Amino acid sequence: MRQRSIGGIVRPKGWHNVLMRGSLFLVLGLFCLYYLFPLIVMASTSLKSLAEIREGTLLSLPRAITFEAWGKAWDSACVGVRCDGLKPFMWNSVAMAVPAVLLSTTLGAINGYALTKWRFPGADWIFAMILFGAFIPFQVILLPMARTLGQLGLAGTVTGLILVHTVYGLAFTTLFFRNFFVGVSDGILQAAKVDGAGFFRIFFQIVLPMSIPAIVVTVIWQFTQIWNDFLFGVAFTIGDSNPVTVALNNVVNTSTGVKEYNVDMAAAIIAALPTMLVYVVAGAWFVRGLSAGAVKG
Amino acid sequence: MASGIRLSKLRKTFGSTEVIKGVDLTIEPGEFVVLVGPSGCGKSTLLNLIAGLETVTSGEVRIGEALVNDTPPRDRDIAMVFQSYALYPTKTVHENITFGMQTRRIPHEAQQAALKEFSKLLQIDHLLARKPGQLSGGQRQRVAMGRALVRKPEVFLFDEPLSNLDAKLRISMRTEIKKLHQRLGKTVVYVTHDQIEAMTLASRIAVMDNGHIRQFGPPGEIYEHPVDLFVAGFMGSPPMNMLPGRLRRRDGSLVFEPHGAEAELHFPLPSEISDRLDAREGAELVLGMRPEAIFAAGTELPGPNRFVFEKTVEVVEPTGPDTMIVFSIGETELIARVRPEDAREAGTRFRFEVDLSKAKIFDAKSGQSL
Ligand SMILES: Nc1ncnc2c1ncn2[C@@H]1O[C@H](COP(=O)(O)OP(=O)(O)OP(=O)(O)O)[C@@H](O)[C@H]1O
Ligand SMILES: [Mg+2]
Repeated sequence: MRQRSIGGIVRPKGWHNVLMRGSLFLVLGLFCLYYLFPLIVMASTSLKSLAEIREGTLLSLPRAITFEAWGKAWDSACVGVRCDGLKPFMWNSVAMAVPAVLLSTTLGAINGYALTKWRFPGADWIFAMILFGAFIPFQVILLPMARTLGQLGLAGTVTGLILVHTVYGLAFTTLFFRNFFVGVSDGILQAAKVDGAGFFRIFFQIVLPMSIPAIVVTVIWQFTQIWNDFLFGVAFTIGDSNPVTVALNNVVNTSTGVKEYNVDMAAAIIAALPTMLVYVVAGAWFVRGLSAGAVKG
Repeated sequence: MASGIRLSKLRKTFGSTEVIKGVDLTIEPGEFVVLVGPSGCGKSTLLNLIAGLETVTSGEVRIGEALVNDTPPRDRDIAMVFQSYALYPTKTVHENITFGMQTRRIPHEAQQAALKEFSKLLQIDHLLARKPGQLSGGQRQRVAMGRALVRKPEVFLFDEPLSNLDAKLRISMRTEIKKLHQRLGKTVVYVTHDQIEAMTLASRIAVMDNGHIRQFGPPGEIYEHPVDLFVAGFMGSPPMNMLPGRLRRRDGSLVFEPHGAEAELHFPLPSEISDRLDAREGAELVLGMRPEAIFAAGTELPGPNRFVFEKTVEVVEPTGPDTMIVFSIGETELIARVRPEDAREAGTRFRFEVDLSKAKIFDAKSGQSL
């Protein structure tokens, strides 16, 4: 696969082309370094002991690598008054992000499918209004949402947070899927209708398998948004039901004398790991979906 | 027993453009009707209306005796081959073909039997495990055919199902379709741009133009007795020669005088035609002559109503069995179909003979056959 994708490119030869390519890679390398630098500093600090941090500079690499800070961040750092590390809050985030991503993606897919392929009077209007939802800033919905959650008896719970993220994400997921389905030929759906399939059979057996690229993009987007969200987490949960982003903030702000930079850095990386995992796993699916010619009629 | 189809006063508008402008068509059960017409005249739209993939603006669609205006496609017992193939891209050829049977819960063994029968017939049995993206255009088209055929519904709708096949495969598929129709006896509506396909397959041909049906009749009738200039010009390849001119009386009998021709070139009209035109002396007319009605003088057995004239050969186009000779009368280019051994080089004078008993006369203004 990799061999073939490079072999297929025809490019000119000659010394000035080599020079051009060389300088191109130099510039790209510099950009790479610029973006990676904070991560490198974080990773190296998290592997140092407190003593070493105090002696050395920010940029120096760890002399003796220790995972002490990682262990502490995971299960014994103090978050407010509770000293169990980030562990319980990681599970809160997982329990929130996974259902919220699945729900908002599924509903968005059905919305997009109905809006493009089963057109009904007023479909454009409804789409315009859903789209409007994508432009509403977080802050605007804080108070009404808090009130709604209170009425529903979901205030301060992970379930409530799932509801908030699902509803808020719907505008984006609908937009993604609608734009994808607009490009799917109507002929395929007509053929399926003649073949005797109805709304949901066409959706699950014909349309959904074609939309893997759209699903992957939506899942990555939604997972990143929901996992990294801080504002909704802080506003709608309390103490034990906090997502990891809020807990991370509390770890950093809970000071008992000395500032433990290594623990803070390790905690930050731990909190960010799941999103990276989703990029890698879903990214592989994305490429596979594209190269399987999924959209080719 | 197959179902017939009856369309009455059928109209379809998209936004403000009317695409089907009042179509009346009665198709008998088990009939093979071929729809022909220029690109964009509404053939696919008409099929979609019969299939239930578009809503009817006004008028009626009946399949069998039932009015199906508001019946969704899945309940109409039809199968369709789409102009764009419309295969399911994520399903294998096998799954593409059996999907319709699955949704209708046909027993597994029956599905396999049907799949086997038709994949063999269509020569796609070696492709069953592939996805549509890995097939050539012609292979996709055959898969689309297979998907429609396996279900054996009451009515088949084919939208140019053979347009992407090579010439040889097309001829053999044509024969297969005809055999299949004779065996299954189902009603077929078939769209094609191929003249020969239309002539060989159809029990009746419907010629469409701009949302109307111009003529509906057996292939022989469409070819021999076109109702107007449009049908005459559309059917036949190369098309009928259309020579504009005027009706004149010479030495007591009616003759046709082409515009812009030298004085001695006037076609004597056979009595069957001139009897009908007696009162129309001086009228603007169009004389229609099929290319095969013009040949090299003296090469056919003599008969009545022949007329011989001499013209310069302009272009020679050999097609194999026949050679086409292009020449002009006045401003109009005409084509004669001669045997290859009678053909002469471009630029030479040539004696043509025309069989006027096969000629048609049309009114120049209305285009109607007279
Ligand atoms: N959804 C639509 N909205 C607006 N106009 C349409 C739509 N579908 C078809 N048309 C128009 O209706 C006319 C008939 O289209 P149709 O596809 O039936 O033609 P056709 O006879 O099948 O042509 P071809 O031989 O090229 O397949 C065309 O002018 C087309 O532009
Ligand atoms: Mg068409």
